[in-house]
Amino acid sequence: MLLLEDIHTHYGKIEALHGVSVEVKKGEIVSLIGANGAGKTTLLMTVCGSPQATSGRVVLEGRDITRDKTSDIMRSGIAIVPEGRRVFPGLTVEENLHMGGFFNTKAEIRKSQQHVYGLFPRLKEREHQRAGTMSGGEQQMLAIGRALMTKPRMIILDEPSLGLAPLIIKQIFEIIGHLREEGITVFLVEQNAHQALHLADRGYVLENGLIRLQDTGANLLANPDVQNAYLGG
Amino acid sequence: MATHNIKHALFSAIITLIISAPILGLDLESAGTELKLTGASTSTLVSIVLAAIVVFLFQTFRDSIMGALGQMPKLNRFADREPMPQEKRLKLENIFLIVLVAGALLWPFIASRGSVDLATLVLIYVMLALGLNVVVGLAGLLDLGYVAFYAVGAYTFALLSQYFGVSFWVALPTGALIAALFGFLLGFPVLRLRGDYLAIVTLGFGEIIRILLNNWTSLTGGPNGIGGIPDPTLFGMEFGRRVKEEGNISFHDFFGIAYDSTHKIIFLYLIALVLALVTFLIIRRLMKMPVGRSWEALREDEIAARSLGLSRTGVKLSAFTIGAFFAGFAGTVFASKQGFISPESFVFLESAIILAIVVLGGMGSQFGVILAAVAVTVLPELAREFSEYRMLIFGAAMVLMMVWRPQGLMPMRRIHIILKKQE
Repeated sequence: MLLLEDIHTHYGKIEALHGVSVEVKKGEIVSLIGANGAGKTTLLMTVCGSPQATSGRVVLEGRDITRDKTSDIMRSGIAIVPEGRRVFPGLTVEENLHMGGFFNTKAEIRKSQQHVYGLFPRLKEREHQRAGTMSGGEQQMLAIGRALMTKPRMIILDEPSLGLAPLIIKQIFEIIGHLREEGITVFLVEQNAHQALHLADRGYVLENGLIRLQDTGANLLANPDVQNAYLGG
Repeated sequence: MATHNIKHALFSAIITLIISAPILGLDLESAGTELKLTGASTSTLVSIVLAAIVVFLFQTFRDSIMGALGQMPKLNRFADREPMPQEKRLKLENIFLIVLVAGALLWPFIASRGSVDLATLVLIYVMLALGLNVVVGLAGLLDLGYVAFYAVGAYTFALLSQYFGVSFWVALPTGALIAALFGFLLGFPVLRLRGDYLAIVTLGFGEIIRILLNNWTSLTGGPNGIGGIPDPTLFGMEFGRRVKEEGNISFHDFFGIAYDSTHKIIFLYLIALVLALVTFLIIRRLMKMPVGRSWEALREDEIAARSLGLSRTGVKLSAFTIGAFFAGFAGTVFASKQGFISPESFVFLESAIILAIVVLGGMGSQFGVILAAVAVTVLPELAREFSEYRMLIFGAAMVLMMVWRPQGLMPMRRIHIILKKQE
């Protein structure tokens, strides 16, 4: 589904990724874990084409998108839930969702809207409320819902658990598991390593711009190095 | 009363003294070829000291004074009421608009010549402010050089009429389109910029256009400006006493009425009214269309908007281009109204005033912007006696507005889109 080959990404002269290769197969949940500053968000942004990789290839469903424009990439069946939720605060929940379906027909929007309300009944209750007035968890649900409105075949989540209560995190991860059952491929980037690896089919550990480890989620959870570094011993 | 307050008040009073004493307390008198510095009269000195005392007292009791003022908005009974349902509000807005237009249509037949002329100017500012509202209020791009597009529109008409004898009706769309082209061209270099940086670049752009007009003497006549810009015609009928162009007839001859110079002024006013209304309706339509929503999305959160596949380039360029288009409209009308233009009409202060109108009215709110355009243009005319203090009053009014009503006179009420529910 998504293939990254030997990606190098620079911010100006500073190299943030030193040759990263990651593969996400269709129907999988793949988790990428790593500490602050390891390059997790950079990796995601490279997939989205902002910044573009200086060398290496990004291949989505067999098509090289390394040099594509961000707006084209984001319209080609891939959706991202950006770090820190980033809902449109002044728009209502419904309008936020409609922005997600910007390039779809009205009928499609209506259908995906029902689908999102099915996944997150809370959003239905808050339909006409301004997104900025909602709680962090609700905003995260909205951000995921909005990404789903683009009818993606693959969804990328950047730290969906950031700053949320444990109970809400549990709900969010349940939804992510549910997305897999619907056939959506999930690429999950997390600091919350335990939850992320628990859910994942496979996982990658990113350190200082390099992939240190890759294995199935369960194996990584059992790995003593990972336990020491990311799971608190 | 905390010592902190008194310290602060003392500081403010001293600042007042430092600022006002040299400016007001010292007089320059010319004695022959030299200038002599003399102290001002006792009454001036006393009033400076009094001013410092007032500042001191105000700052000392600031909390209680501001607290008391805080209770004041209760005067405005509408402040806290529930927002009315959207359908009802839209209906009310439409009625209000119709009444407004009907009143504006009747206006030239009851008002004096001078006030109709002023009303035309108000309408030009309404057009400008509505256009800038797209860029600043909706798309959230701070543009400090908006007057450049206004100048482009005005000069397009002036130059076309001077060199090619083009009439108002041809120049109107041409001027708007050329201004839009300039908006488009400016859009490119500023695509990556945001906030302060964008403001500085647009400010520079406004100055470039003005300086260019000022110095390209062979084409634009430089500071001398361009005169003899023709008045608009009504189906080939001219409004002058004598017909200027072969084959045309004059308005008063055609209808067999006596010549009256107010005909022309009323006609110009009506043109400006129609154009302002067209501007209003087009932008209102755009706001409800996807492009309007994409402007708002970009203003609210650029990263989120891009993550949904919106192209930053397209959205920003469309806002700049459409904003510039309506400035070009206004510029053409302005050139026709004045009959003479020079770079002096397009200084930075104009940009600042248009921006002030948008901010005063409430960013994004069309009715608010219209209200503010009327206020900002008409009030200085009414207060002609204070014309020396115009900018002072203007500045003070801005400060007061931002303290009491930072969201503007009539804050924007977004039109929520509601899809028809499935049966």
